[in-house]
Amino acid sequence: MSNQPNLTIERSSVELTKEDFVSDQMVKWCPGCGAHAILSAVANVFPKLGYRKENLMMVSGIGCSSRFPYYVNTYGIHGIHGRAAAISSGVKIANPHLSVWMATGDGDSMAIGGNHFIHIIRRNIDINIMLFNNQIYGLTKGQYSPTTPMGSVTKTSPQGTIEHPFNPGELVLGAQGTFFARVVDNNPKMMTEVMFEAAKHDGTSIIEILQNCIIFADKTHDSVTNKDNREERQIVLRNGEPMIFGKQKDKGIRLNGSRLEVVTIGENGVTEDDLLVHDMYEQDPGIHLMLAKMAYPHFPIAIGVIRSANYPTYDDMVVEQINYAKENSKIKTVDDLLNSGDTWEIK
Amino acid sequence: MVKTKSNVIQRDAVVVKFVGDSGDGMQLTGTLFSDTAALAGLDLATFPDYPAEIRAPHNTVAGVSGFQVHVGAKKIETTGDLCDVLVAMNPASLKSNLKWAKPGATIIVDMDTFDEPAVKKAGYRTNPLEDGSLETFNLVKAPITSLTRTSLKPLGIDTKTIDKSKNMFALGIMYHIFGWSFDATYDFFDKKFKSKPQVIQANKIVLEAGYSFADAVEALDSVYQVSKAALKPGRYRNITGNVATAWGFLAAAERSGRPLFLGSYPITPATEILIELAKYKSLGAKVFQAEDEIAGICSAIGASYTGSLALTTTSGPGLSLKSEAIGLAVMTELPLVIVNVQRGGPSTGLPTKTEQSDLYQALFGRNGECPAVVIAASSSANCFNYAYIASKIAMEHMTPVILLTDGYLGNGSQLFRIPKVADMPDINPPIAVANDPDYKPYRRDPETLARKWALPGTEGLRHRIGGLEKEDVFGNVSTDPLNHEKMTHLRNEKVQRIANYIPEQEITGEKEGDVLVVSWGGTFGAVEEAVELLQKEGKKVSHAHFHYIMPLPKNTSEVLKGFKKIMVCELNSGQFVNYLKMTQYGHVYTQYNKVQGLPFTVTELVLAINKTLEEK
Repeated sequence: MSNQPNLTIERSSVELTKEDFVSDQMVKWCPGCGAHAILSAVANVFPKLGYRKENLMMVSGIGCSSRFPYYVNTYGIHGIHGRAAAISSGVKIANPHLSVWMATGDGDSMAIGGNHFIHIIRRNIDINIMLFNNQIYGLTKGQYSPTTPMGSVTKTSPQGTIEHPFNPGELVLGAQGTFFARVVDNNPKMMTEVMFEAAKHDGTSIIEILQNCIIFADKTHDSVTNKDNREERQIVLRNGEPMIFGKQKDKGIRLNGSRLEVVTIGENGVTEDDLLVHDMYEQDPGIHLMLAKMAYPHFPIAIGVIRSANYPTYDDMVVEQINYAKENSKIKTVDDLLNSGDTWEIK
Repeated sequence: MVKTKSNVIQRDAVVVKFVGDSGDGMQLTGTLFSDTAALAGLDLATFPDYPAEIRAPHNTVAGVSGFQVHVGAKKIETTGDLCDVLVAMNPASLKSNLKWAKPGATIIVDMDTFDEPAVKKAGYRTNPLEDGSLETFNLVKAPITSLTRTSLKPLGIDTKTIDKSKNMFALGIMYHIFGWSFDATYDFFDKKFKSKPQVIQANKIVLEAGYSFADAVEALDSVYQVSKAALKPGRYRNITGNVATAWGFLAAAERSGRPLFLGSYPITPATEILIELAKYKSLGAKVFQAEDEIAGICSAIGASYTGSLALTTTSGPGLSLKSEAIGLAVMTELPLVIVNVQRGGPSTGLPTKTEQSDLYQALFGRNGECPAVVIAASSSANCFNYAYIASKIAMEHMTPVILLTDGYLGNGSQLFRIPKVADMPDINPPIAVANDPDYKPYRRDPETLARKWALPGTEGLRHRIGGLEKEDVFGNVSTDPLNHEKMTHLRNEKVQRIANYIPEQEITGEKEGDVLVVSWGGTFGAVEEAVELLQKEGKKVSHAHFHYIMPLPKNTSEVLKGFKKIMVCELNSGQFVNYLKMTQYGHVYTQYNKVQGLPFTVTELVLAINKTLEEK
């Protein structure tokens, strides 16, 4: 269930601390890179999950984000470009007793690994995916990515990109995602909270982290993440609470017909009762999709857990099918199999 | 059933080929025929030959589907060059298969299908049943369609359903020719159509009608008698190479105690391995049908890291897609078996035809210096053994292993003497123990050079691995030039040392002579038979068939040394011969190659070897 810790993963008998997950490797991200904040959030979250430290597993692909496994002392695989979702799938299916975390970037997950990304989501395999969205290829030094805003000048788009970017949330929900959250790298508290929610969720959890690449796409998210105006341009979604934002807490999101709109409480007769109340557990993704798509300047961007719907997971169903087969099949050993069907004795 | 024919022909072996339109049920007919042959105590090998299209246009040569069965009292190593009996259900199938009939062969045709449009569509100018072109054959014109309809008229079922059982009429004719019982086939009907008693009844009626027809018709005045084969005592079954491969893996998983994980994507002709393994969840097999070939192998690498016997199965183009990930498995030194059921290439090539043209790809098709073990099965039945051995090598030596089979082995079937899993060799993967103070991710066994397999969940062994170059022993990311060179050598040396753990190369025949015929993979049966025929004629020729390609057996050079010429026969333009030239110097190599999507025939090999023997 959504609100319980995963019971298939063995619990730690001792209380763990940050130190239990410190790796002996030097962290080689650029000073000021948003990835440092993500690493520190993970360092806060992992000891508190309650799992045995040996049951945590990190998987990544290629890119700046994908160096992550080297910087956390867990079991880990640093894979190849785009394939982290496929590697993680194998890990989790083969051993459902592991809490599997995946670090990926916008290029790794949505360009070269796009196929694996949509299919892991569709299958709802219980993996926690941290999607570092810096809207640029960092490790190859500044080419546009599938999330780079149209028109951006990068090394491979000297006249500006002519590609429509993906909105990761829209893609995730389109692929029937059961969990989607969005956080910002300059809000560590929120990041930590959302990581716990992702860990609790049974199924594929996608956490889109709006991350700043200080070298190749500095301030790419600045219009919505800047501390001076973020209260006006972000709405923090909390389950069961009305959708209110703004410095004065006077703005809200209302459903007008089949569309969302921004309203001001107290103007035109709008009261708090008119606002949408966030239900992240709602199975129907309609409102979640609209929330994920909200974009500045017409809307504040949605932060927090947008969707956490409860659906059966692939990994649980694998176990169920195997258990059923073991109970009901006549073939219990390979010798049974070899001698099944039409066989005959030659003397 | 009593034979009423007077003329009984005693034969060591007979080759029968069933051909018809894709929808005519030739695969089933061939399978039922071979099951009955097996129960009659004969050795056998089968080969289905079908088009890539599921239902190609009706009555065209492109849509012909065939199934060849070689049955015999002697050891059957091949599916036979040419057939003694050809059953052709329509003009197109006769047109495309007459070249596979022996001179004077018995040809049974459904004469009802030889109307003018069908004859034209097949590409004939005149009706071959009437123009005398089949004079040299024993032609049996059987009104199969009309007699099937007549015999089922009393059941009052529709013509479409009736016509579906035409193939049973043909099978009935064959049972008469061989004097076999209906029992096994009746059993099959009873099981297969349990809920459709009318279908069971219809099939039985048609089968018997075919038998009675053959009994009455004059052209079929001879019947074959093939005595029981002298097979090694034991329990037997008929098995295809793809099923045998799947079962070999299940046996290896059970014996090693490592759970089986297959990540795969459907591709002809390898799909049957995926289908087969998906059936055995009761044995704990986890089968993941991935979104593509890459996800197939990458999921297997993930599963391997957690301690599974990890597999991925594919055919040529799929192996291309997996290349980068094989490199990851080489770098992370994880056990993994990659099965390539080879087909004609390049690109999509000939999806349903057999070839041995992926050897270079298996050996060299990756970036960097990237050694992987390459082994090849040589018969449908021994796919079981080589799948088992591939798993054993992968896990004990912590390396990816590429197992090469091919469409001919994978789809073909053979009798299989059922082993006991307990009698298979031990499999002992080097699993690291909890809290081992000496554990380092890339610390190696001094003998095998294999690193330890440290499974997630184990206390005290947390570690990270990946595709970046690793520091010797410690496994940290390293760009140190000398370390890279050392690791490159170590990865290669680890694979080379596997030669200490595989059997020495064997020779059929004398250890010295004029010509050593060398082959590998699925061509074993044809080459062995050709060499044996020549040996009986007193020719100084021997045969060495290679199962282990990377590394080669330790005595390879020794084996080659005894012969004036080494003649390498393979279904490509000369990949193994070039590999031998690269690695085994000082021998005179010649080669015989065929790249037609077809297996070797014994006849062509005998001719070619004789030519090589005569050339000075």
